[in-house]
Amino acid sequence: MSVALSAGTSVSGQAWSRIGAIDPFVPQIYRVSRVWRESSDIVTLAIVPTAGDRPEFAPGQFNMLYVFGVGEVAISMSGDPAVPGSFVHTVRSVGAVSGAVAALEAGATLGVRGPFGSAWPIELAEGSDVVFAAGGLGLAPLRPAIYQVLARRERYGRVVLLYGTRTPTDILFRRELERWRRRLDIDLFVTVDHADETWHGDVGVVTKLIGRGGFDPPNTIAMVCGPELMMRFTGTALHAAGLRSEQIYLSMERNMKCAIGLCGHCQFGPTFVCVDGPVMRYDRIVDFLAVREI
Amino acid sequence: MEGLERIVLAHPFFAGLETELGPVVAGCARNIRVGPGQYLAHEGDSADEFFLIRQGRVALEILPPGRHAVVLSTESEGDIVGAYWLVPPYRWQCDARAVELTRAIGIDAKCLRAKCDSDHHLGYELMKRFLPLIVQRLDQTRLQMLDVYGSRPA
Repeated sequence: MSVALSAGTSVSGQAWSRIGAIDPFVPQIYRVSRVWRESSDIVTLAIVPTAGDRPEFAPGQFNMLYVFGVGEVAISMSGDPAVPGSFVHTVRSVGAVSGAVAALEAGATLGVRGPFGSAWPIELAEGSDVVFAAGGLGLAPLRPAIYQVLARRERYGRVVLLYGTRTPTDILFRRELERWRRRLDIDLFVTVDHADETWHGDVGVVTKLIGRGGFDPPNTIAMVCGPELMMRFTGTALHAAGLRSEQIYLSMERNMKCAIGLCGHCQFGPTFVCVDGPVMRYDRIVDFLAVREI
Repeated sequence: MEGLERIVLAHPFFAGLETELGPVVAGCARNIRVGPGQYLAHEGDSADEFFLIRQGRVALEILPPGRHAVVLSTESEGDIVGAYWLVPPYRWQCDARAVELTRAIGIDAKCLRAKCDSDHHLGYELMKRFLPLIVQRLDQTRLQMLDVYGSRPA
């Protein structure tokens, strides 16, 4: 379906518009240029447009990836915004569509709509300490923000990455984490929920790492991404550590369909995650996080 | 103020403790240093000491038969290892193994229990510090049990 859209307002009041000359309902054709198998069920894909240039995107935004004949799914960008040419997406195979995306091989084609959604507050955080708190696959949507902060490292105070995941074998982007850990200008802590004695790192939930960050709470911006329960606990723990709610940002996940605030599938309280999010300020959503049926 | 008393009061667990209680607690304390792989306590041991970690990392673990030990959590600088001394039968319910070189203050629990029995204000000050820690660890354990990073069908 192609609808002649140019500009308007979603139910939540968020303005949407054409993405340049591209109708936001019409997928553009992309080709898979490279595949990284991160684990048994997680895959990272680099995709390039078959015509034209890759659109600009901001860290935190997402695309709608369409596997022909299967369906469409919202996946955040996980690559470096400064690297032109391709989008990079990291996908876990959990359902029919994400499974089909994760099964794509180099050379396969797919449809792409986007980029959509709000971004991490990278510029707002300039001059402040920055805490990235990632849980599991939540490291992927944070990675573009980490790239951007590290590329402009002199603009920030202390930079802290707290990463929690299930087991040592589930650690995502392990080589990159090892590379970041070797830098002297980022404090990186990794913990796992479950391990045996052969693991020499930390065991426990990611909130346990918050006290080690050494950041200055009144002068810190925190960006949190992971399963919603992890974000709820982390938001509470950051608050207890001295951050105000308006200093904390979460990346929300809901079932997105149209991605432009029209269909209402991703409604979250008074907001639509596709246009008001996925990155949302904690104080604007905290009252809805523990409400059932939202 | 003696050296050990200063070290005890500098630990985050005792932040804000009245200075007159410092020598009372420090009177039950000793400095300890354990190398990687050494144990601070074993499951079933009498819980007659708990530890304030100053440096290093300690794994709390349980050994299932025929398998590697399962690590329940790790505790690091600023953390406390051991709350079993607070409740009968005063026995460790897990092993505490140093993952790396660890420096800690060991507190003689029998000594401190006796002092708490005779000075309820000291006991109250300790409870005010232990109880939030225990609740925090209960919450953290619940989050661990939820296995939030496990695959979930869409």
